[in-house]
Amino acid sequence: MNLAKELYRGIVKENPTFVLLIGMCPPLGVTNTVINGMGMGLATTAVLIGSNMVLALIKNIIPDKVRLPAFLVVIASFVTMIDLSMGAYVPDLHAQLGVFIPLIVVNCIILARAEAYASKNGVMASAVDGLVIGLGFTIALMIIGVVRELLGSGSIFNIPLLAEDATTILIFILPAGAFIAMGFLIAAINKLLKRFQ
Amino acid sequence: MEYLTIIFVSIFVNNVIFAQFLGMCPFLGVSSKVKTAIGMSAAVTFVMVLATVSTFLLQVKVLDPFGIGYLQTIVFIVVIASLVQMVELILKKVSQPLYQALGIFLPLITTNCAILGTTVIVFKKNLNLISGTIYAFGTAVGFGLAIIIFAGIREKIDLMDVPEAMKGAPIALITTGLLALAFMGFSGMG
Repeated sequence: MNLAKELYRGIVKENPTFVLLIGMCPPLGVTNTVINGMGMGLATTAVLIGSNMVLALIKNIIPDKVRLPAFLVVIASFVTMIDLSMGAYVPDLHAQLGVFIPLIVVNCIILARAEAYASKNGVMASAVDGLVIGLGFTIALMIIGVVRELLGSGSIFNIPLLAEDATTILIFILPAGAFIAMGFLIAAINKLLKRFQ
Repeated sequence: MEYLTIIFVSIFVNNVIFAQFLGMCPFLGVSSKVKTAIGMSAAVTFVMVLATVSTFLLQVKVLDPFGIGYLQTIVFIVVIASLVQMVELILKKVSQPLYQALGIFLPLITTNCAILGTTVIVFKKNLNLISGTIYAFGTAVGFGLAIIIFAGIREKIDLMDVPEAMKGAPIALITTGLLALAFMGFSGMG
């Protein structure tokens, strides 16, 4: 297994947000600042690695009839662990992300990786898959976060970059701006990917 | 009056799609035709109200008295998954026409984050059983409104000459953004 190749696959070729367009709620809901986007991305990555490993381990003992509920229970257990740990160690970020943390359970990316990868591959390979796909998701969230935070509040990582009296485009940190920023970003990435292929 | 406010706010001011970003997958996936959009929103309304009532009772009567409230996420997702399965079975037995209309949408609803999201938000907002149920109903109607409006626009977009790179998701997202802008007109009301 080639780690560089796997990273390229997770971050560029099969990027869940920009290329596969799955799990679209968090990229829109929590990217008004870069930090929120990064926190959400890393939380999802942690759940993804954990659930991929456990599901790869127990894939043979789950009866086919209850596969989906069994998957959901495993994923939900990891989400609960992350939810409680974040509440304890990073309460501010946890409050900012709000309902989107428990909603990691129904993030299509996690179920899609469980179905398409972890239920067919070994434990180590599934962990790596979880890591690269999770990183692809985190990077996508951060890119959207950079665009929205820079245009909407004139800062990045809460560090102001513009003069104090500069006018920012407030709409980009509001819901409507999330959709518009995301639409243009996906269009730009479509165009770039096409040129390189 | 209080209940009217909850309905108005959850449909227009805090629209589940345009302001809360929940349920984006079915919104972008199933909204290419007005007819399927109507079917989807009916199925969502049905499951959302049922799920909110049952998870609320479960949390208040079982989880909280035993001090295991932290199992909320795990319990809720199992309840929603089995509820969807049950609704599917009952509809199949009781009403064939309704099953034909809603059946294909039901499996998709388990992973619709608007459902799990609403059941969790009811507790974050400290609503009681009645106001929570009304909130769930309003949210579902808001989802239906959004998805039906959007399907109508999308049928028109299909006929337009859209630049190559903007085809599909990008133009859909930008259109949604403009719709969200329009819905911002409601903010501050209610």
